[in-house]
Amino acid sequence: MSEHKAHISSYKSHIVVLVCLVLLTILTVTITSVHLGPFNTAAALLIASAKAAIVLLYFMHLKFDEKIYRFMVTLVLAIYAVVIIITFFDYLYR
Amino acid sequence: MEQNQVVHADHFDPVASKIGMWLFIFTEILLFGGLFIVYSVYRFKHPVEFHLANEELSVTIGFINTVILLTSSMTVAMSISAMQLGNKKLTLIMLAVTILLAFAFLVNKYFEWGAKFHHDIYPGSAFLFSLSKGDMLLFGLYFFMTGMHAIHIIVGVVLLLVIFFKIRNGSVNQNRYSLLENGGLYWHLVDLIWIFLFPLFYLIH
Repeated sequence: MSEHKAHISSYKSHIVVLVCLVLLTILTVTITSVHLGPFNTAAALLIASAKAAIVLLYFMHLKFDEKIYRFMVTLVLAIYAVVIIITFFDYLYR
Repeated sequence: MEQNQVVHADHFDPVASKIGMWLFIFTEILLFGGLFIVYSVYRFKHPVEFHLANEELSVTIGFINTVILLTSSMTVAMSISAMQLGNKKLTLIMLAVTILLAFAFLVNKYFEWGAKFHHDIYPGSAFLFSLSKGDMLLFGLYFFMTGMHAIHIIVGVVLLLVIFFKIRNGSVNQNRYSLLENGGLYWHLVDLIWIFLFPLFYLIH
């Protein structure tokens, strides 16, 4: 067993992250209440992705942990993105 | 005679156990990821009905539940920090708050689904069958995906309760808190899924 020094996030940093996430949620509700057509969907998904990135990096500790986890998560998300792209190529150009 | 008694070292590898947790999380991402693809394909094929059916869902309840889940994610993260700093009492308090927030989420969900049922909108209802195909698909996905998510919340509550008692009796402690970290990862996953469910079902019109 290797003794590695774990990074300890401060309580304050958790609160800052939560405030950011709630602000982004309020932003997404505000933006989608205005009717912008397809931009609503794009904006909502973009903000959701930003929130997901914040949760992954800070709450799920990817930013501070060993790099192996970040590598694995990136790989899986890349595979998932490829599946989405292939599916939509299929439906758009069928 | 030689002494050939082997003393087993405690097999404990926090890095490996976390990799195992992440591998499990990947299977969950693929499960919900597949459902998100189904959702977007049906939405692409039935844009108008999805638009109308989406208006049925209350943004307020969705927003409150989002804030509840985000806060509960923070309290779990705080309980891990408290554990690393050796503050057992705060760890337990934060875990308890997380579990209470999870129940608050489920109560909200109960009222939300209850209102739908009251309006004859539930899987297999005669009213749903009278709707167009797109509406049926959207409500089917709504019940399946939020229902699946609620099941994950319930599993998460059970997991966090187990961790709570293991911390209290000391088998999860400052030198060995992988279980708490992995339970936390699971809870953040539940939050992560909701981050995408909320805009897709409540916001996009």
